[in-house]
Amino acid sequence: MVADTKAGVVKGAPSDYEFRVEVDRSSKQVIVLYWAAALFWLTVASIAGIISSIKLHNPGFLGGIEWLTFGRVRAVHWDTAIYGFGGVAASGTLLWLQARLCQVRMPYTKLLIAGGLVFNVGILVGVVGILMGQSTGVETLEFPLYAMPFLVVPYVFIVIANFTMYFKKKSSHTYVSQWYLMAVTVWFPVLVLSAEACTNLGAVDGVAQAIANWWYGHNVVGLFATPTGIAAAYYLIPKVIGKPIHSYHLSLLGFWSNAIFYNWAGTHHLTGGPLPAWTITLGVVGSMMMFIPVITIGINHHMTMLGSFHLLKTSPTLRFAVMGSMLYTVSSFQGALEALRSHQEITHFTHYTIGHVHLGMYGFFAPLMFAMMYYAMPRLMNREWSSARLIRIHFWCTLVGTLLYGGAMCYAGIRQGMMMNDPSIPFLNIVQWTIPFLMSRTLAGLILLSGTVAFLINFVRIVTPHKLTWATPTMLDSDRDWKQILEAEKEAKPQHE
Amino acid sequence: MSRTFVLAFGILLTILSSVTGLVIIPNWQFQALKPVVKADGRRYPEAYFGDSAKGRGVYISQGCIYCHTQQVRMKGYGADIRRGWGTRRSVPRDYLEDRPHQLGTMRTGPDLASIGARQPSESWHALHLYDPQLTSAGSVMPRYNYFFDEVKRGQMPPADAIRLPGNGRGDVTHILPNERGRQLIAYLKRLNQSFPLPEANQ
Repeated sequence: MVADTKAGVVKGAPSDYEFRVEVDRSSKQVIVLYWAAALFWLTVASIAGIISSIKLHNPGFLGGIEWLTFGRVRAVHWDTAIYGFGGVAASGTLLWLQARLCQVRMPYTKLLIAGGLVFNVGILVGVVGILMGQSTGVETLEFPLYAMPFLVVPYVFIVIANFTMYFKKKSSHTYVSQWYLMAVTVWFPVLVLSAEACTNLGAVDGVAQAIANWWYGHNVVGLFATPTGIAAAYYLIPKVIGKPIHSYHLSLLGFWSNAIFYNWAGTHHLTGGPLPAWTITLGVVGSMMMFIPVITIGINHHMTMLGSFHLLKTSPTLRFAVMGSMLYTVSSFQGALEALRSHQEITHFTHYTIGHVHLGMYGFFAPLMFAMMYYAMPRLMNREWSSARLIRIHFWCTLVGTLLYGGAMCYAGIRQGMMMNDPSIPFLNIVQWTIPFLMSRTLAGLILLSGTVAFLINFVRIVTPHKLTWATPTMLDSDRDWKQILEAEKEAKPQHE
Repeated sequence: MSRTFVLAFGILLTILSSVTGLVIIPNWQFQALKPVVKADGRRYPEAYFGDSAKGRGVYISQGCIYCHTQQVRMKGYGADIRRGWGTRRSVPRDYLEDRPHQLGTMRTGPDLASIGARQPSESWHALHLYDPQLTSAGSVMPRYNYFFDEVKRGQMPPADAIRLPGNGRGDVTHILPNERGRQLIAYLKRLNQSFPLPEANQ
């Protein structure tokens, strides 16, 4: 499809297809840079996660080295996952989707490239700061304050680029994905700046800081990762199967109910804590109301898919997108129920929460970012994915790893919580009981990392210039492997010389 | 275009409403909270100073929060009090001096809200931090041996050195907390919510 781009001479306005090619040409450098950086941070985050996981069942592993102590590697894991992978992948997705949906060329590309580089330097500075022991001590906002300018300034560029595209858009219609993308660009700066002000800059004190902390910690997932993931699903599913979204009205209801209720839900992270009961109650109510957007968005995504499930056999994009949208429904139901006080009494301080986060981030958000890359990269690079086998490995590792991780941690968390609520069981017995599950988490982490490595090989192949490529898109059920291309290239070499 | 502004303004409004409702209003409510003056004239909670203030920094820099909470839930909700982690529930007034807060959300290890009352012994903390297996066999806590000077077998231990139980660990027979070790232990010993605040019984 993409490989045989030979635009003929057209008089007057370019065709839709030609304009898409033009849009992609303008955004190529920015998007590829952002996504490559995102995959780099995903690898770093996975390795940091695996090291922390091993340390919890073998505390002597890399022990006695201060900058690799559990409390630091664990912070590096989450911060590189949410800002490095999440932030950078989502920003790339946001910019590309907005350019495509507004049908405009990417503006300020040099600024966005420079911003992308600065942002990545900022994450590196933050990571080194944490490893050196300069974490702020506020969960999810651990990066030392001197890393913040590196992260805030580039984001301003992204916001400006996004609004510029939106105001220049060709059609008067706004597609549902664009609502979510607009929302992210408004929410995220407000979120980060108010949370930093309230915690690390000390605008509020004592336990009000804790609320600000978890208002942020919950919303950075809910108002940043989630809307970008939903925007991607709303774009990709109809695009690949060639059918419109099930219901416009439901998408409207889903968007606004999500916008109104999600940001009240964060205080359930402090259930039972030293706070006025009403603040927790607000969090529980917010979480319960989340059933409205979750169900409407679920209906919209799954009903659109109805009748097209056979395409999951062949389309890599669709398979990742559907995995993401299905696990969105699952993890959101789980998350809403988790807020209930009776549920929190058991699971609050346990591995259950960790299991839930991974079901959401690696089951919903990450697959949708992968789906975006599988869809857009061949169009941006004008080259097909080298290996179908590596895509299959990536998919199955992502699915199996996530389910093993989520399943093991959630089950272990429930049992752990029930045992902790029984004072006749000594604490250390509970610690020992969880160890086999902590080991299965390490295994799950290794499976997920293997998938990432498979994807990285394909990604490096698609961005590096080479002479040959497949003539048609790489489908999941083909036996294509990158070695075949290498061999073909070798044979073809003399002719080229 | 006007619809765009409605969209952007609505989006902005959602987040401003929640930060007002969840952060600004509770903070305003907490402004009225003041430390209480105890019978001996000292305040509760007391400001951190000296070693305990620096020790709090050490606690933060090591990321203790990822496995330890500092909050006791009320009687009948969980088993925090029955496990002996505190004598009463924690209340907002306990945290007036906590910047940044270290409430925590994970109990891979036990709660530390009142660890200073539960483990008043300096040598227990030293041994536990040096090698958790010495005091709590089966623990998955990392070693913080870099907070200690080690005295090897055959060396003359200083008078205030802490003797390792049994035959020691390897060829180390005694340990001595270094500066950061002393600070961290001072902070842990200060963690104590046993003062009976009236609102904790409500």
